[in-house]
Amino acid sequence: MPTARTGPSFLWLLAGGVPVVVVLAVLPPFIGVYQTQQLTYGLAFAIAALGFNLLLGYTGLLSFGHSAYFGAGAYAVAFIIQRLHVHSLELCILGAMLGAMLVSALFGYACVRHTRIFFGILTLALSQVLYSLALKFFWVTGGTDGLRASWNGLTLLGGLIDFKGSGAYRRFVVSYYYYVLGLFVVAVLIMWVIVHSPFGKALQAIRDNETRAGFVGIRVRRYRWIAFIISGLFTGLAGALWVPLNGLTTPEVLYWPFSGEIVFMTVLGGFRTFFGPIIGAVTFNYLKVYAVASSQYWQLVLGTVLVVLVMLLPAGIVGTLGQLANKLRPKQLQQG
Amino acid sequence: MAILQTIELKRYFGDTRAVDNVNLSVNEGEFVSLVGPNGAGKTSLINVITAHLKAGSGKILFQGRDITDLSVTERVRLGIARSFQLVNVFDDLSAFDNVALAIFSREGKTAHLSALAHRDHAVIAEADDILSQFGLAAKRDDNARDLSQGERKLLDVALAYALKPKLLFLDEPTSGVSTRNKAAIMDTIASVVRGRGITAVIVEHDMDVVFKYSDRIVVMAQGTVMAQGTPDEIRSNEQVAMALLGTSGPAAFDQHSLPQSGPQKG
Repeated sequence: MPTARTGPSFLWLLAGGVPVVVVLAVLPPFIGVYQTQQLTYGLAFAIAALGFNLLLGYTGLLSFGHSAYFGAGAYAVAFIIQRLHVHSLELCILGAMLGAMLVSALFGYACVRHTRIFFGILTLALSQVLYSLALKFFWVTGGTDGLRASWNGLTLLGGLIDFKGSGAYRRFVVSYYYYVLGLFVVAVLIMWVIVHSPFGKALQAIRDNETRAGFVGIRVRRYRWIAFIISGLFTGLAGALWVPLNGLTTPEVLYWPFSGEIVFMTVLGGFRTFFGPIIGAVTFNYLKVYAVASSQYWQLVLGTVLVVLVMLLPAGIVGTLGQLANKLRPKQLQQG
Repeated sequence: MAILQTIELKRYFGDTRAVDNVNLSVNEGEFVSLVGPNGAGKTSLINVITAHLKAGSGKILFQGRDITDLSVTERVRLGIARSFQLVNVFDDLSAFDNVALAIFSREGKTAHLSALAHRDHAVIAEADDILSQFGLAAKRDDNARDLSQGERKLLDVALAYALKPKLLFLDEPTSGVSTRNKAAIMDTIASVVRGRGITAVIVEHDMDVVFKYSDRIVVMAQGTVMAQGTPDEIRSNEQVAMALLGTSGPAAFDQHSLPQSGPQKG
């Protein structure tokens, strides 16, 4: 039997992940409603960034149109709640995943025929088609007003949890936090398995050298398409989870600057690492919230952070920490 | 029995006739060398046979089946694999992952999303076995980009070999490798390929290597096959010596090697 390293251990993931999840689980009573809400936003965005990074970090495709799949999920949930009067969030999420899958399958089919800048521009252009449709088809989408998706009519876990009576908002925020945390953990586990599966290895091979990938028998375009759809599904789930928290969805989540924010989150955390996009998304959410609260020139603050990031920490937060850990290791050995 | 046959195969680039009416036949189990001066069309011919380039006209038959219109991956699935003149591996994957990926692909497992690659013990054992056959066991966990030029060349061949091909094309497997390491690399490749009875077509400039390992030598010039035969027949063919070396005589090939098209290190 081979004794050398054959891959990342699942135990290692559990050893690192369980304490983090435990800390996240005990946090709400200590941090209050507002911070719990912010953390929920962060976790939802983390699912989007995780999906986005399957394309960027693992398949080597930079999408500037992921707002489309986030928006598809968000609009699907709002539409199902408002127009179809469905209360079960599980049904809404199912509808949202279906919507995101259809849009990503359709857009992806066209986009994966190209790579590099052509791929980026095509994803951007197609997402803006969806943005225009959201603006123009106001009888379906509510136009610039968007669609409201009120939290107080919702039920979680097939009707087990509803939000009626006094203190309902607080109960919603806390329950919803755990709901999103649960789905976040499931999403992380699924993505971890995908990137460590033979399929995940094939995507990395395509990223490194698509010509050779073809010559080892990998159907490059088909695999890119599947990756695109999975990526869209994760981002669509994030959009679906974001809506009840936000209370409504507007065309802004389909607009290209939001795609830029998803890229920003991923680069901030480090797109060459599995956990980078997660850390990046949570950090970005806080960064934006505090920048907006503290200055009317918040875009300037975010822009400066991005410039500093690209110039000083191109590997992102997690990537840089990993590099630091590698540098420290030999020193410890010398000392020992 | 011929495993590969090309019939009046042509591929032109404008006025340049890279592959011009080539009728080539390769028998099962043969080790064939493709030689010729730079620009003779050797790599172009391999590119057309492996679908890296589209054929202009003519036919390619593999085990009697017309494969002229099949894609790269379809030809790979039928059992045609190749290595590249300029190293073409997955630089950010470890040597192990490079080889394991080829095995996963061969086994049709790359479509598996829900299985962990590093838990597939059969693939791990086979990948480790192939790495040791190619002398790369010590570099197992190093990224391909961190390997030496010679090791990268071997990894390139190992990737193709891991597909368990019926027909293997090796495009200058020792180009860019120091003269000192050439023999070792060719010995490794030849013993692995012959050990499994794989039909191999190799493009090589070093005539010592060509004469030592080939069952048959095919000489190309200006896109056409100008001569073919056993090493002894080619060695004594003055027309070939003249075309390849610009000189002829009884010992012409003993003193000369063809100029390489790839970068060569001392």
